[in-house]
Amino acid sequence: MKVRSYLALEGISVVFPTVNGPFTAVENIDLSIEKGQFVTLIGHSGCGKSTLLNVIAGLTKPARGVVFLDGETVDQPGPDRAVIFQDHSLLPWLTVEENVRLAVDKTMAGKSRAERKDWVRHNLELVHMAHAATKRPGEISGGMKQRVGIARAIAMQPRVLLMDEPFGALDALTRASLQDTVMEIQSQLQTTVVMITHDVDEAVLLADRVVMMTNGPAAGIGEDLPITLERPRDRIEAAELPEYYHARHAILHFLHQRYSNPLDEAA
Amino acid sequence: MSVSPVKLVETVAGMLPEYVSAAQSAEIIRHPSAPKEEAKASMSAPPVKARPAWLDRMNDIGATVLPSLLLLALVLGFWQLACSGEGATLPSPSKIWTESHEVIVHPFKGVTFDTGGMHIQDGGDVGIAGHVLTSLGRVAYGYGLSAIIGIALGVLIGQSRTAYRALDPFFQVLRTIPPLAWLPISLAIFQQAGPSAIFLIFITAIWPIILNTATGVQNIPQTYRNVAKVLALNPFEYFVKIMLPATVPYMFTGLRIGVGMSWLAIVAAEMVQGGTGIGFFIWDSYNSSLLTDTIVALVWIGMTGFALDRLVAFIGRRISRA
Repeated sequence: MKVRSYLALEGISVVFPTVNGPFTAVENIDLSIEKGQFVTLIGHSGCGKSTLLNVIAGLTKPARGVVFLDGETVDQPGPDRAVIFQDHSLLPWLTVEENVRLAVDKTMAGKSRAERKDWVRHNLELVHMAHAATKRPGEISGGMKQRVGIARAIAMQPRVLLMDEPFGALDALTRASLQDTVMEIQSQLQTTVVMITHDVDEAVLLADRVVMMTNGPAAGIGEDLPITLERPRDRIEAAELPEYYHARHAILHFLHQRYSNPLDEAA
Repeated sequence: MSVSPVKLVETVAGMLPEYVSAAQSAEIIRHPSAPKEEAKASMSAPPVKARPAWLDRMNDIGATVLPSLLLLALVLGFWQLACSGEGATLPSPSKIWTESHEVIVHPFKGVTFDTGGMHIQDGGDVGIAGHVLTSLGRVAYGYGLSAIIGIALGVLIGQSRTAYRALDPFFQVLRTIPPLAWLPISLAIFQQAGPSAIFLIFITAIWPIILNTATGVQNIPQTYRNVAKVLALNPFEYFVKIMLPATVPYMFTGLRIGVGMSWLAIVAAEMVQGGTGIGFFIWDSYNSSLLTDTIVALVWIGMTGFALDRLVAFIGRRISRA
Protein backbone atom coordinates (compact mmCIF):
# COMPACT_ATOMS: atom_id res chain seq x y z
CA MET A 1 0.00 0.00 0.00
CA LYS A 2 1.35 3.37 -0.92
CA VAL A 3 1.95 5.93 1.78
CA ARG A 4 -0.55 8.76 1.66
CA SER A 5 0.26 12.36 2.45
CA TYR A 6 -1.32 14.08 5.47
CA LEU A 7 -4.01 15.60 3.28
CA ALA A 8 -4.64 13.69 0.07
CA LEU A 9 -7.19 14.34 -2.66
CA GLU A 10 -7.55 11.37 -4.96
CA GLY A 11 -9.41 11.55 -8.24
CA ILE A 12 -11.80 14.28 -7.14
CA SER A 13 -14.51 15.28 -9.63
CA VAL A 14 -17.36 17.58 -8.76
CA VAL A 15 -20.49 17.74 -10.87
CA PHE A 16 -23.31 20.22 -10.30
CA PRO A 17 -26.77 19.69 -11.73
CA THR A 18 -27.91 22.65 -13.81
CA VAL A 19 -30.90 23.34 -16.03
CA ASN A 20 -28.70 22.58 -19.04
CA GLY A 21 -27.65 19.23 -17.66
CA PRO A 22 -24.75 18.29 -15.37
CA PHE A 23 -21.84 20.71 -15.13
CA THR A 24 -18.43 19.32 -14.28
CA ALA A 25 -16.66 21.96 -12.20
CA VAL A 26 -13.42 20.12 -11.45
CA GLU A 27 -12.29 16.82 -12.89
CA ASN A 28 -10.03 14.08 -11.64
CA ILE A 29 -7.91 16.13 -9.27
CA ASP A 30 -5.08 14.54 -7.33
CA LEU A 31 -3.35 16.65 -4.74
CA SER A 32 -1.09 15.61 -1.88
CA ILE A 33 -0.24 18.03 0.88
CA GLU A 34 2.22 17.33 3.68
CA LYS A 35 1.61 18.19 7.29
CA GLY A 36 2.49 21.80 8.10
CA GLN A 37 2.62 22.80 4.44
CA PHE A 38 1.17 26.14 3.33
CA VAL A 39 -0.41 25.72 -0.10
CA THR A 40 -1.97 28.50 -2.13
CA LEU A 41 -4.43 27.71 -4.92
CA ILE A 42 -4.51 30.24 -7.71
CA GLY A 43 -6.57 30.43 -10.90
CA HIS A 44 -9.11 32.52 -12.73
CA SER A 45 -12.57 33.15 -11.37
CA GLY A 46 -14.87 30.21 -11.89
CA CYS A 47 -12.08 27.65 -12.22
CA GLY A 48 -13.36 25.62 -9.33
CA LYS A 49 -10.93 26.69 -6.61
CA SER A 50 -13.70 27.27 -4.10
CA THR A 51 -15.38 24.04 -5.11
CA LEU A 52 -12.19 22.15 -4.37
CA LEU A 53 -11.83 23.89 -1.00
CA ASN A 54 -15.44 23.08 -0.15
CA VAL A 55 -14.77 19.45 -0.94
CA ILE A 56 -11.89 19.40 1.55
CA ALA A 57 -14.12 21.18 4.05
CA GLY A 58 -16.82 18.59 3.50
CA LEU A 59 -19.34 21.23 2.48
CA THR A 60 -19.56 19.90 -1.09
CA LYS A 61 -19.74 16.21 -1.90
CA PRO A 62 -17.56 15.11 -4.83
CA ALA A 63 -19.18 13.03 -7.58
CA ARG A 64 -16.08 10.84 -7.66
CA GLY A 65 -12.92 10.63 -5.62
CA VAL A 66 -11.95 10.64 -1.98
CA VAL A 67 -10.33 13.09 0.42
CA PHE A 68 -8.07 11.58 3.05
CA LEU A 69 -6.97 13.53 6.10
CA ASP A 70 -4.40 11.78 8.25
CA GLY A 71 -5.46 8.46 6.80
CA GLU A 72 -9.21 8.94 7.41
CA THR A 73 -11.73 9.75 4.72
CA VAL A 74 -13.52 13.09 4.86
CA ASP A 75 -17.22 13.03 4.10
CA GLN A 76 -18.78 15.77 6.19
CA PRO A 77 -17.81 19.16 7.56
CA GLY A 78 -16.17 19.37 10.95
CA PRO A 79 -14.12 21.66 13.18
CA ASP A 80 -10.89 19.76 12.36
CA ARG A 81 -11.04 21.51 8.99
CA ALA A 82 -11.70 25.14 9.93
CA VAL A 83 -12.74 27.45 7.11
CA ILE A 84 -12.07 31.17 6.89
CA PHE A 85 -14.65 32.54 4.49
CA GLN A 86 -14.13 35.53 2.26
CA ASP A 87 -17.06 37.37 3.82
CA HIS A 88 -15.68 36.70 7.35
CA SER A 89 -19.11 35.23 8.27
CA LEU A 90 -19.03 36.45 11.85
CA LEU A 91 -22.40 36.33 13.58
CA PRO A 92 -23.49 39.96 13.91
CA TRP A 93 -25.46 39.46 17.12
CA LEU A 94 -22.41 38.18 19.01
CA THR A 95 -19.42 40.19 20.17
CA VAL A 96 -15.95 39.48 18.83
CA GLU A 97 -15.20 37.42 21.93
CA GLU A 98 -18.49 35.52 21.74
CA ASN A 99 -17.91 34.67 18.10
CA VAL A 100 -14.63 33.00 18.96
CA ARG A 101 -16.23 31.57 22.10
CA LEU A 102 -18.85 29.77 20.00
CA ALA A 103 -16.10 27.83 18.24
CA VAL A 104 -14.11 27.22 21.40
CA ASP A 105 -17.10 26.01 23.41
CA LYS A 106 -17.81 23.49 20.70
CA THR A 107 -14.28 22.19 20.21
CA MET A 108 -13.06 22.32 23.82
CA ALA A 109 -16.21 21.15 25.54
CA GLY A 110 -14.19 19.12 28.06
CA LYS A 111 -12.22 22.11 29.34
CA SER A 112 -13.24 24.37 32.21
CA ARG A 113 -14.94 27.71 31.67
CA ALA A 114 -11.85 29.62 32.71
CA GLU A 115 -9.60 27.64 30.40
CA ARG A 116 -11.90 28.23 27.45
CA LYS A 117 -12.06 31.94 28.25
CA ASP A 118 -8.28 32.13 28.40
CA TRP A 119 -8.00 30.27 25.11
CA VAL A 120 -10.35 32.77 23.43
CA ARG A 121 -8.24 35.61 24.82
CA HIS A 122 -5.02 33.99 23.67
CA ASN A 123 -6.26 33.57 20.11
CA LEU A 124 -7.57 37.11 19.94
CA GLU A 125 -4.12 38.26 21.03
CA LEU A 126 -2.52 36.22 18.25
CA VAL A 127 -4.46 38.20 15.67
CA HIS A 128 -4.03 41.47 17.61
CA MET A 129 -7.72 41.85 18.33
CA ALA A 130 -7.86 41.49 22.12
CA HIS A 131 -8.59 45.20 22.46
CA ALA A 132 -11.88 44.84 20.58
CA ALA A 133 -13.14 41.74 22.38
CA THR A 134 -16.41 43.33 23.46
CA LYS A 135 -17.20 45.00 20.12
CA ARG A 136 -19.73 43.63 17.69
CA PRO A 137 -18.79 42.86 14.07
CA GLY A 138 -20.79 45.87 12.90
CA GLU A 139 -18.53 48.17 14.89
CA ILE A 140 -15.17 47.07 13.46
CA SER A 141 -13.53 47.40 10.05
CA GLY A 142 -13.39 44.72 7.35
CA GLY A 143 -9.77 43.90 8.10
CA MET A 144 -10.52 43.54 11.80
CA LYS A 145 -13.47 41.27 11.05
CA GLN A 146 -11.23 39.03 9.03
CA ARG A 147 -8.72 38.97 11.90
CA VAL A 148 -11.50 37.73 14.16
CA GLY A 149 -12.42 35.18 11.48
CA ILE A 150 -8.83 33.92 11.62
CA ALA A 151 -8.91 33.84 15.42
CA ARG A 152 -12.12 31.82 15.36
CA ALA A 153 -10.62 29.33 12.92
CA ILE A 154 -7.28 28.81 14.66
CA ALA A 155 -8.96 28.66 18.07
CA MET A 156 -10.58 25.43 16.87
CA GLN A 157 -7.05 23.95 16.59
CA PRO A 158 -7.87 22.51 13.19
CA ARG A 159 -5.78 19.86 11.49
CA VAL A 160 -6.20 21.80 8.26
CA LEU A 161 -6.93 25.48 7.92
CA LEU A 162 -8.89 26.33 4.78
CA MET A 163 -8.92 29.94 3.61
CA ASP A 164 -11.31 30.91 0.82
CA GLU A 165 -9.86 34.11 -0.59
CA PRO A 166 -9.81 35.60 2.90
CA PHE A 167 -8.41 38.99 1.95
CA GLY A 168 -10.12 39.42 -1.39
CA ALA A 169 -12.41 42.17 -0.18
CA LEU A 170 -9.74 44.19 1.63
CA ASP A 171 -7.67 47.13 0.45
CA ALA A 172 -3.98 46.58 -0.35
CA LEU A 173 -2.58 48.01 2.88
CA THR A 174 -4.93 46.10 5.16
CA ARG A 175 -4.28 43.01 3.11
CA ALA A 176 -0.51 43.31 3.59
CA SER A 177 -0.88 43.69 7.32
CA LEU A 178 -3.13 40.61 7.50
CA GLN A 179 -0.69 38.61 5.40
CA ASP A 180 2.02 39.47 7.92
CA THR A 181 -0.22 38.29 10.73
CA VAL A 182 -0.91 35.03 8.93
CA MET A 183 2.81 34.41 8.41
CA GLU A 184 3.48 35.25 12.04
CA ILE A 185 0.83 32.80 13.24
CA GLN A 186 1.90 30.12 10.80
CA SER A 187 5.49 30.29 12.07
CA GLN A 188 4.18 29.57 15.58
CA LEU A 189 1.49 26.99 14.88
CA GLN A 190 2.81 25.15 11.78
CA THR A 191 -0.75 24.35 10.71
CA THR A 192 -1.45 22.76 7.36
CA VAL A 193 -3.04 25.49 5.26
CA VAL A 194 -4.85 25.54 1.93
CA MET A 195 -5.55 29.08 0.81
CA ILE A 196 -7.32 30.34 -2.28
CA THR A 197 -6.14 33.63 -3.71
CA HIS A 198 -6.34 35.79 -6.80
CA ASP A 199 -3.27 37.73 -5.88
CA VAL A 200 0.04 36.53 -7.35
CA ASP A 201 2.19 38.27 -4.73
CA GLU A 202 0.09 36.87 -1.93
CA ALA A 203 0.39 33.39 -3.39
CA VAL A 204 4.18 33.56 -3.55
CA LEU A 205 4.81 35.39 -0.29
CA LEU A 206 2.76 33.10 1.94
CA ALA A 207 3.15 29.70 0.34
CA ASP A 208 5.47 26.74 0.44
CA ARG A 209 3.77 25.65 -2.74
CA VAL A 210 1.62 27.37 -5.34
CA VAL A 211 -0.93 25.16 -7.09
CA MET A 212 -2.19 26.69 -10.34
CA MET A 213 -5.52 25.58 -11.69
CA THR A 214 -6.58 25.44 -15.32
CA ASN A 215 -9.78 27.09 -16.46
CA GLY A 216 -13.11 25.38 -16.01
CA PRO A 217 -15.30 23.63 -16.87
CA ALA A 218 -13.67 20.39 -15.81
CA ALA A 219 -10.75 22.30 -14.32
CA GLY A 220 -7.65 20.52 -13.19
CA ILE A 221 -4.26 21.28 -11.74
CA GLY A 222 -2.04 22.92 -14.34
CA GLU A 223 1.18 23.44 -12.47
CA ASP A 224 2.53 22.89 -9.00
CA LEU A 225 5.31 25.26 -8.05
CA PRO A 226 7.35 24.90 -4.85
CA ILE A 227 8.45 28.14 -3.18
CA THR A 228 11.57 27.59 -1.15
CA LEU A 229 12.19 31.17 0.00
CA GLU A 230 13.59 31.24 3.51
CA ARG A 231 11.27 32.06 6.40
CA PRO A 232 10.57 34.38 8.08
CA ARG A 233 9.87 36.30 4.89
CA ASP A 234 9.84 40.03 4.61
CA ARG A 235 7.70 41.32 1.78
CA ILE A 236 10.19 43.94 0.67
CA GLU A 237 13.33 41.82 0.91
CA ALA A 238 11.62 38.79 -0.60
CA ALA A 239 10.45 40.75 -3.62
CA GLU A 240 14.04 41.48 -4.56
CA LEU A 241 15.16 37.85 -4.54
CA PRO A 242 15.53 36.13 -7.92
CA GLU A 243 13.50 33.13 -6.77
CA TYR A 244 10.56 35.37 -5.88
CA TYR A 245 10.83 37.04 -9.24
CA HIS A 246 10.93 33.72 -11.09
CA ALA A 247 8.00 32.29 -9.18
CA ARG A 248 5.98 35.41 -9.81
CA HIS A 249 6.85 35.30 -13.48
CA ALA A 250 5.93 31.63 -13.77
CA ILE A 251 2.51 32.24 -12.23
CA LEU A 252 1.81 35.29 -14.37
CA HIS A 253 2.85 33.36 -17.46
CA PHE A 254 0.55 30.51 -16.50
CA LEU A 255 -2.41 32.75 -15.77
CA HIS A 256 -2.12 35.20 -18.63
CA GLN A 257 -0.54 33.25 -21.47
CA ARG A 258 -1.18 29.56 -21.09
CA TYR A 259 -4.57 29.88 -19.45
CA SER A 260 -5.74 33.43 -20.01
CA ASN A 261 -9.01 34.57 -18.55
CA PRO A 262 -11.84 32.77 -20.36
CA LEU A 263 -13.97 35.90 -20.12
CA ASP A 264 -11.36 37.96 -21.98
CA GLU A 265 -11.21 35.41 -24.78
CA ALA A 266 -14.94 35.42 -25.17
CA ALA A 267 -14.98 39.20 -25.45
CA MET B 1 -51.40 79.60 11.26
CA SER B 2 -50.42 81.97 14.01
CA VAL B 3 -51.61 79.41 16.60
CA SER B 4 -48.60 77.25 16.00
CA PRO B 5 -45.65 78.01 18.26
CA VAL B 6 -43.36 76.32 15.72
CA LYS B 7 -43.53 78.71 12.85
CA LEU B 8 -42.49 77.41 9.49
CA VAL B 9 -40.25 79.68 7.50
CA GLU B 10 -39.40 79.34 3.88
CA THR B 11 -35.68 79.01 3.23
CA VAL B 12 -33.46 77.70 0.50
CA ALA B 13 -33.69 74.31 2.15
CA GLY B 14 -37.48 74.37 2.00
CA MET B 15 -39.84 74.83 4.89
CA LEU B 16 -38.01 74.68 8.18
CA PRO B 17 -39.06 75.36 11.74
CA GLU B 18 -38.35 78.99 12.59
CA TYR B 19 -35.56 78.36 15.07
CA VAL B 20 -33.59 76.24 12.61
CA SER B 21 -33.71 78.71 9.77
CA ALA B 22 -33.03 81.60 12.13
CA ALA B 23 -29.84 79.96 13.29
CA GLN B 24 -28.84 79.21 9.73
CA SER B 25 -29.52 82.63 8.34
CA ALA B 26 -27.70 84.23 11.27
CA GLU B 27 -24.68 82.17 10.28
CA ILE B 28 -24.98 83.25 6.69
CA ILE B 29 -25.49 86.91 7.46
CA ARG B 30 -22.52 87.10 9.79
CA HIS B 31 -20.18 85.46 7.29
CA PRO B 32 -21.29 86.45 3.85
CA SER B 33 -17.83 86.11 2.32
CA ALA B 34 -15.70 85.10 5.26
CA PRO B 35 -12.65 82.94 4.56
CA LYS B 36 -12.91 79.28 5.47
CA GLU B 37 -10.80 79.40 8.65
CA GLU B 38 -12.99 82.08 10.11
CA ALA B 39 -16.13 80.17 9.34
CA LYS B 40 -14.57 77.16 11.01
CA ALA B 41 -13.77 79.19 14.10
CA SER B 42 -17.31 80.43 14.35
CA MET B 43 -18.56 76.85 14.18
CA SER B 44 -16.83 75.96 17.39
CA ALA B 45 -17.82 79.24 19.06
CA PRO B 46 -20.89 79.08 21.32
CA PRO B 47 -24.17 79.75 19.52
CA VAL B 48 -25.60 83.23 19.58
CA LYS B 49 -28.32 82.46 22.09
CA ALA B 50 -27.33 79.70 24.49
CA ARG B 51 -30.42 77.64 25.21
CA PRO B 52 -30.62 75.33 28.18
CA ALA B 53 -30.66 71.66 27.13
CA TRP B 54 -34.08 70.99 28.64
CA LEU B 55 -35.60 73.76 26.59
CA ASP B 56 -34.22 72.19 23.43
CA ARG B 57 -35.64 68.84 24.44
CA MET B 58 -39.04 70.37 25.17
CA ASN B 59 -38.84 72.01 21.81
CA ASP B 60 -38.16 68.64 20.13
CA ILE B 61 -41.05 66.98 21.90
CA GLY B 62 -43.26 69.93 21.08
CA ALA B 63 -42.31 69.76 17.42
CA THR B 64 -43.22 66.06 17.18
CA VAL B 65 -46.37 66.03 19.31
CA LEU B 66 -47.87 69.42 18.56
CA PRO B 67 -48.99 68.80 14.97
CA SER B 68 -50.99 65.77 16.11
CA LEU B 69 -52.49 67.62 19.08
CA LEU B 70 -53.45 70.49 16.84
CA LEU B 71 -55.11 68.17 14.37
CA LEU B 72 -56.96 66.45 17.21
CA ALA B 73 -58.24 69.79 18.49
CA LEU B 74 -59.29 70.71 14.97
CA VAL B 75 -61.18 67.47 14.40
CA LEU B 76 -62.87 67.68 17.79
CA GLY B 77 -63.87 71.25 17.08
CA PHE B 78 -65.26 70.35 13.69
CA TRP B 79 -67.08 67.34 15.14
CA GLN B 80 -68.58 69.51 17.87
CA LEU B 81 -69.80 72.05 15.32
CA ALA B 82 -71.17 69.45 12.95
CA CYS B 83 -72.99 67.39 15.56
CA SER B 84 -74.43 70.10 17.80
CA GLY B 85 -77.57 70.48 15.68
CA GLU B 86 -80.96 69.03 16.54
CA GLY B 87 -81.06 66.06 14.17
CA ALA B 88 -77.43 64.96 14.58
CA THR B 89 -77.14 61.17 14.45
CA LEU B 90 -73.70 61.10 16.08
CA PRO B 91 -73.27 62.50 19.59
CA SER B 92 -70.95 65.52 19.80
CA PRO B 93 -67.81 65.44 22.00
CA SER B 94 -69.45 67.54 24.68
CA LYS B 95 -72.44 65.21 24.75
CA ILE B 96 -70.10 62.24 25.11
CA TRP B 97 -68.41 63.98 28.01
CA THR B 98 -71.68 64.62 29.86
CA GLU B 99 -73.52 61.39 29.07
CA SER B 100 -70.61 59.00 29.56
CA HIS B 101 -69.03 60.95 32.39
CA GLU B 102 -69.08 57.97 34.76
CA VAL B 103 -67.42 55.70 32.19
CA ILE B 104 -64.72 58.23 31.38
CA VAL B 105 -63.69 59.34 34.85
CA HIS B 106 -64.03 56.01 36.72
CA PRO B 107 -62.43 53.47 34.40
CA PHE B 108 -61.13 51.31 37.26
CA LYS B 109 -64.49 50.80 38.99
CA GLY B 110 -64.71 47.25 40.33
CA VAL B 111 -60.98 46.66 39.82
CA THR B 112 -58.87 46.32 42.94
CA PHE B 113 -55.17 45.82 43.36
CA ASP B 114 -53.60 44.28 46.42
CA THR B 115 -50.62 42.13 47.27
CA GLY B 116 -52.39 39.15 45.69
CA GLY B 117 -52.47 40.94 42.33
CA MET B 118 -55.40 42.36 40.44
CA HIS B 119 -59.01 41.45 41.04
CA ILE B 120 -61.82 42.23 38.69
CA GLN B 121 -65.29 42.12 40.17
CA ASP B 122 -67.62 39.58 38.63
CA GLY B 123 -70.69 40.70 36.74
CA GLY B 124 -71.27 43.53 34.36
CA ASP B 125 -70.83 46.47 36.73
CA VAL B 126 -67.13 47.02 36.07
CA GLY B 127 -65.30 50.15 34.85
CA ILE B 128 -64.10 50.25 31.26
CA ALA B 129 -60.49 49.57 32.26
CA GLY B 130 -61.71 46.41 33.97
CA HIS B 131 -63.24 45.28 30.68
CA VAL B 132 -60.05 46.11 28.80
CA LEU B 133 -57.98 44.15 31.32
CA THR B 134 -60.27 41.14 31.01
CA SER B 135 -59.90 41.31 27.24
CA LEU B 136 -56.13 41.62 27.56
CA GLY B 137 -56.12 38.45 29.64
CA ARG B 138 -57.89 36.59 26.84
CA VAL B 139 -55.56 38.03 24.23
CA ALA B 140 -52.63 36.92 26.36
CA TYR B 141 -53.90 33.33 26.23
CA GLY B 142 -54.85 33.23 22.57
CA TYR B 143 -51.91 35.25 21.37
CA GLY B 144 -49.46 33.38 23.59
CA LEU B 145 -50.63 30.10 22.07
CA SER B 146 -50.44 31.46 18.54
CA ALA B 147 -46.92 32.79 19.20
CA ILE B 148 -45.64 29.42 20.42
CA ILE B 149 -47.35 27.28 17.80
CA GLY B 150 -46.84 29.87 15.06
CA ILE B 151 -43.09 30.07 15.61
CA ALA B 152 -42.81 26.28 15.76
CA LEU B 153 -44.75 25.84 12.51
CA GLY B 154 -42.84 28.70 10.91
CA VAL B 155 -39.52 27.05 11.74
CA LEU B 156 -40.82 23.76 10.36
CA ILE B 157 -41.92 25.12 7.00
CA GLY B 158 -38.88 27.40 6.84
CA GLN B 159 -36.51 24.47 7.34
CA SER B 160 -38.16 21.77 5.30
CA ARG B 161 -38.93 22.34 1.67
CA THR B 162 -41.36 19.44 1.70
CA ALA B 163 -43.25 20.78 4.70
CA TYR B 164 -43.35 24.19 3.02
CA ARG B 165 -44.77 22.78 -0.20
CA ALA B 166 -47.33 20.74 1.70
CA LEU B 167 -48.52 23.37 4.16
CA ASP B 168 -48.06 26.76 2.55
CA PRO B 169 -51.10 26.56 0.20
CA PHE B 170 -53.37 25.78 3.16
CA PHE B 171 -51.90 28.60 5.21
CA GLN B 172 -52.37 31.02 2.33
CA VAL B 173 -56.05 30.10 2.07
CA LEU B 174 -56.77 29.91 5.79
CA ARG B 175 -55.16 33.23 6.62
CA THR B 176 -57.66 35.15 4.52
CA ILE B 177 -60.65 33.94 6.57
CA PRO B 178 -61.86 36.81 8.78
CA PRO B 179 -62.20 36.22 12.55
CA LEU B 180 -65.98 36.46 12.56
CA ALA B 181 -66.25 33.71 9.97
CA TRP B 182 -64.51 31.31 12.36
CA LEU B 183 -67.05 32.05 15.06
CA PRO B 184 -69.72 29.43 14.29
CA ILE B 185 -67.13 26.71 13.80
CA SER B 186 -65.30 27.71 16.92
CA LEU B 187 -68.52 27.55 18.94
CA ALA B 188 -69.43 24.21 17.41
CA ILE B 189 -66.03 22.73 18.26
CA PHE B 190 -65.66 24.00 21.79
CA GLN B 191 -69.32 24.26 22.83
CA GLN B 192 -68.24 26.85 25.40
CA ALA B 193 -67.80 30.57 25.05
CA GLY B 194 -64.46 30.86 26.91
CA PRO B 195 -62.31 28.46 24.88
CA SER B 196 -63.95 29.41 21.61
CA ALA B 197 -63.14 33.10 22.18
CA ILE B 198 -59.52 32.18 22.80
CA PHE B 199 -59.49 29.95 19.72
CA LEU B 200 -60.79 32.86 17.67
CA ILE B 201 -57.91 35.07 18.78
CA PHE B 202 -55.46 32.23 18.24
CA ILE B 203 -56.60 31.46 14.71
CA THR B 204 -56.56 35.13 13.73
CA ALA B 205 -53.09 35.92 15.05
CA ILE B 206 -51.20 32.80 14.03
CA TRP B 207 -50.86 33.28 10.24
CA PRO B 208 -48.55 36.28 10.11
CA ILE B 209 -46.42 34.68 12.82
CA ILE B 210 -46.04 31.43 10.85
CA LEU B 211 -45.38 33.09 7.52
CA ASN B 212 -42.90 35.68 8.77
CA THR B 213 -40.98 33.16 10.86
CA ALA B 214 -40.77 30.87 7.82
CA THR B 215 -39.46 33.71 5.66
CA GLY B 216 -36.88 34.50 8.31
CA VAL B 217 -35.68 30.91 8.48
CA GLN B 218 -35.51 30.65 4.70
CA ASN B 219 -33.46 33.83 4.59
CA ILE B 220 -30.74 32.73 7.00
CA PRO B 221 -27.59 33.49 4.98
CA GLN B 222 -25.76 30.47 3.58
CA THR B 223 -22.59 31.62 5.32
CA TYR B 224 -24.21 31.23 8.75
CA ARG B 225 -25.30 27.74 7.75
CA ASN B 226 -21.74 26.98 6.65
CA VAL B 227 -20.36 28.24 9.95
CA ALA B 228 -22.78 25.93 11.75
CA LYS B 229 -21.69 23.02 9.57
CA VAL B 230 -17.98 23.64 10.07
CA LEU B 231 -18.50 23.92 13.83
CA ALA B 232 -20.62 20.75 13.60
CA LEU B 233 -23.40 22.31 15.69
CA ASN B 234 -26.16 19.83 16.54
CA PRO B 235 -29.75 20.75 15.60
CA PHE B 236 -30.49 22.14 19.06
CA GLU B 237 -27.36 24.32 19.12
CA TYR B 238 -28.10 25.46 15.58
CA PHE B 239 -31.63 26.43 16.60
CA VAL B 240 -30.57 28.40 19.68
CA LYS B 241 -27.31 29.93 18.47
CA ILE B 242 -27.92 30.61 14.80
CA MET B 243 -31.53 30.24 13.74
CA LEU B 244 -33.24 32.10 16.58
CA PRO B 245 -30.98 35.17 16.58
CA ALA B 246 -30.90 35.32 12.78
CA THR B 247 -34.69 35.08 12.57
CA VAL B 248 -35.66 37.38 15.45
CA PRO B 249 -36.32 40.45 13.29
CA TYR B 250 -38.67 38.48 11.00
CA MET B 251 -40.31 36.76 13.93
CA PHE B 252 -41.08 40.04 15.59
CA THR B 253 -42.51 41.47 12.41
CA GLY B 254 -44.93 38.53 12.49
CA LEU B 255 -45.54 38.85 16.22
CA ARG B 256 -46.26 42.55 15.82
CA ILE B 257 -48.78 42.03 13.04
CA GLY B 258 -50.18 39.13 15.05
CA VAL B 259 -50.73 41.14 18.22
CA GLY B 260 -52.59 43.76 16.23
CA MET B 261 -54.78 41.13 14.62
CA SER B 262 -55.48 39.36 17.88
CA TRP B 263 -56.67 42.64 19.32
CA LEU B 264 -58.84 43.10 16.23
CA ALA B 265 -60.38 39.69 16.88
CA ILE B 266 -61.24 40.46 20.48
CA VAL B 267 -64.48 42.27 19.73
CA ALA B 268 -65.69 39.37 17.62
CA ALA B 269 -64.55 36.92 20.28
CA GLU B 270 -66.32 38.71 23.08
CA MET B 271 -69.57 39.03 21.28
CA VAL B 272 -69.64 35.26 21.77
CA GLN B 273 -68.29 35.29 25.26
CA GLY B 274 -70.59 37.82 26.91
CA GLY B 275 -70.42 39.07 30.47
CA THR B 276 -67.09 40.87 30.50
CA GLY B 277 -64.49 42.32 28.18
CA ILE B 278 -64.31 45.38 26.00
CA GLY B 279 -66.00 43.61 23.08
CA PHE B 280 -68.91 42.74 25.30
CA PHE B 281 -68.94 46.32 26.59
CA ILE B 282 -69.41 47.62 23.05
CA TRP B 283 -72.11 45.09 22.23
CA ASP B 284 -73.83 45.88 25.52
CA SER B 285 -73.71 49.63 25.12
CA TYR B 286 -75.02 49.31 21.56
CA ASN B 287 -77.93 47.17 22.77
CA SER B 288 -78.67 49.73 25.50
CA SER B 289 -78.49 52.57 22.93
CA LEU B 290 -75.60 54.18 24.82
CA LEU B 291 -73.73 55.33 21.74
CA THR B 292 -71.52 57.67 23.76
CA ASP B 293 -70.21 54.71 25.79
CA THR B 294 -69.40 52.91 22.54
CA ILE B 295 -67.31 55.84 21.39
CA VAL B 296 -65.40 55.92 24.66
CA ALA B 297 -64.79 52.18 24.28
CA LEU B 298 -63.46 52.71 20.75
CA VAL B 299 -60.90 55.16 22.10
CA TRP B 300 -59.83 52.63 24.74
CA ILE B 301 -59.54 49.85 22.16
CA GLY B 302 -57.44 52.02 19.88
CA MET B 303 -55.12 53.17 22.63
CA THR B 304 -54.69 49.64 23.99
CA GLY B 305 -53.98 48.22 20.54
CA PHE B 306 -51.41 50.94 19.98
CA ALA B 307 -49.78 50.16 23.32
CA LEU B 308 -49.68 46.42 22.52
CA ASP B 309 -48.04 47.09 19.17
CA ARG B 310 -45.41 49.32 20.76
CA LEU B 311 -44.81 46.80 23.52
CA VAL B 312 -44.10 43.95 21.09
CA ALA B 313 -41.94 46.22 18.94
CA PHE B 314 -40.01 47.27 22.06
CA ILE B 315 -39.44 43.67 23.17
CA GLY B 316 -38.30 42.80 19.64
CA ARG B 317 -35.78 45.63 19.64
CA ARG B 318 -34.47 44.67 23.05
CA ILE B 319 -34.06 41.02 22.10
CA SER B 320 -32.38 41.63 18.77
CA ARG B 321 -29.95 44.01 20.43
CA ALA B 322 -29.12 41.68 23.33
